[in-house]
Amino acid sequence: MARLTGDPAAGAGPEGGLEALGAPVDPGTRRVLITGLSTYWGGRLAQALERFDQVEAIIGVDSSEPTRELERTEFVKVSNQHSLIERIVRAAEIDTVVDTRLIVNSVLASPRDVHENNIIGTLNILAACTGADSPVRKFIFKSSAHWYGSARDDPAFFTEEMRRSQPPGTLLERDIVEAEAAVDDFAHKNRDVAVTVIRFANVLGPDVDTAFTRLFGLPVVPMMLGFDPRLQFIHEDDVVHALEHAAFHLLPGTYNAAADGVLALSEVIGLLGKRPAPVLPPWGAGALAGPLRRLGLRIPDEILGLLRFGRGVDNRLLKATGFEYGFTSRETVIKFGEHLRLDPVIRGREEAYTYEREVEEFLRWSRHVRRREGRDEGVGADREVLGI
Amino acid sequence: MASERTSLAHLPGRGEDQGGGGESLPDVRPAQRMRDLLPAVEPDRRLDDWGRSERIETAFDKTLVEFFYRYWFRAEVAGIENVPAEGGALLVSNHSGALPPDAAMIAKAIREEHPAPRPLYLTVEHFFKGYPGFSMLLPKLGGVPAHPANVHRLLFDERRLVLVFPEGRKGTEKLYKDRYRLRRFGRGGFVDAAMRAEAKLVPVCVVGAEEAMPVFAQIEALRKLTGLIYFPITPTFPWLGPLGILGYLPAKFKIRFLEPIDTVELGGPEARHDRALVQVTAQEIRARIQENLDDMLARRRSVWLG
Repeated sequence: MARLTGDPAAGAGPEGGLEALGAPVDPGTRRVLITGLSTYWGGRLAQALERFDQVEAIIGVDSSEPTRELERTEFVKVSNQHSLIERIVRAAEIDTVVDTRLIVNSVLASPRDVHENNIIGTLNILAACTGADSPVRKFIFKSSAHWYGSARDDPAFFTEEMRRSQPPGTLLERDIVEAEAAVDDFAHKNRDVAVTVIRFANVLGPDVDTAFTRLFGLPVVPMMLGFDPRLQFIHEDDVVHALEHAAFHLLPGTYNAAADGVLALSEVIGLLGKRPAPVLPPWGAGALAGPLRRLGLRIPDEILGLLRFGRGVDNRLLKATGFEYGFTSRETVIKFGEHLRLDPVIRGREEAYTYEREVEEFLRWSRHVRRREGRDEGVGADREVLGI
Repeated sequence: MASERTSLAHLPGRGEDQGGGGESLPDVRPAQRMRDLLPAVEPDRRLDDWGRSERIETAFDKTLVEFFYRYWFRAEVAGIENVPAEGGALLVSNHSGALPPDAAMIAKAIREEHPAPRPLYLTVEHFFKGYPGFSMLLPKLGGVPAHPANVHRLLFDERRLVLVFPEGRKGTEKLYKDRYRLRRFGRGGFVDAAMRAEAKLVPVCVVGAEEAMPVFAQIEALRKLTGLIYFPITPTFPWLGPLGILGYLPAKFKIRFLEPIDTVELGGPEARHDRALVQVTAQEIRARIQENLDDMLARRRSVWLG
């Protein structure tokens, strides 16, 4: 049982055979806090969790306003102050925290902001969940396969207990390693909290904006001369499902999340119907970064390593817990290729969502709002429980 | 195929939990269960997860390799039945030649002579993954960096045939005057890897490769200049330019597969912690290969005609 539709607690018991190794379902996931609600992942996860009646309360925190339309998730605008987050956690009796905040693309923010978010932010969230009387029983940390880096002496498939073969060479990777170390430390000090760390491979999909979606969106795809690295991807929907899977199961530990199949970059370019441009010199590609940026092409440092040596991870441990991927790496790339061809046609058709506090509050709390069939009872029931 | 090595001695520390919640990782991963979870083969793909390309391999096989195997080296194969038809097996061979033809010939021998041919993966030095060009080509032809985890996955999880040259660079660097004198077999990392994977060990002897590309000297200064792992002087290299590295002399090739050694009978995965046993087994295999090489050389009437 992988993607949960409907009530995850029903009929999901691990039963003999192969399932016996699957992770146990956790019926205790009722009140969830999502950090980084306004990031793509926070929003997607909140939307996904809203479908589960088991979840009575979804609270999202972030320092900026949500970017995706949410039905019953409550947004609290708060910066990375652990005392404030801690008050929210305790007041709402949060049992499960999903931390989706980590920045895994160094182009998206200045190194300073990345550091602030990835290290200080993580420490703050962890501090907010610490304490003997903390209601938090489960902590899920969205991490990245950048944790492993990309180097010549790497194994072809990283398993979760392997270490990277070189110390982190880029700021982003250093921050990710440090953030995970903080989470690890938290896990050791709070033995009664089930801590799940999921290291996601490079994400592709129609909505998400990652270094690789940008790279593959170019008219020609730059390659490093003389290298054809092995790359692994994961579809954006599978990322959300994996976080969902972690939220509804007990999965203490670290897991890789990457779709089946490791593709050569040349293969990926072929599937996308693009042309390769082996323009990056094998040596001194970093020095070329300046001129390329002026041409409008920013290749993040952590991706330069991947364009040379690539990376594969062993995804079997997460599968052994009962998770099933919706797409293979190849299917992910093909889907993304379809999106690239369709995108110029449909772009701008849908109006972008903007968050207006008054509107959201009206929609959530006004008694004049007619709620859709089906959803109605669930929400009503929630409110009774909450005493609203 | 290029040089290979066997420093499989450092197996990554397992069971060291990195992140998450302490006793998190299940320490028992039932083998069959984990095998079942391997990615399914996607029939439309032309590459496998190691980057091996059926298309490019076939193109090489039908042209260059075919020519050398059949007409140039006129390869003669004995003991092909010693290559297991299924399950993981580690082929251990002697090694020579600046751009060693032995790996390609062994792979071709299995493809041509074996009743149930299987692809052969060859462990190559990490160096090639970092060198432009080689990095692109070698994986396409079945080269896999000689990382212990790679060998283990191939042998244990995927149950494939893997070829390893325990002499590694020491074998390809050696000069013509030292031909057919096996170098050191490292610390027996290949035995360790086979034991851990419960794979069979198949010793292989190759005669002819030494004469096909005699190396007269190694030039240290040019090696540094080119950033290669060595810079050999052969009858055709560097005199005929980079392609001179393919200038093999038409020596007669003889390949002999010896009887396999079952590592499970040696004690299985637990026995690999017995360093003495690993070392002794490695030495025994080395001695068997040397003995058979000497035997093959003694019977050989002519370097060129066999």
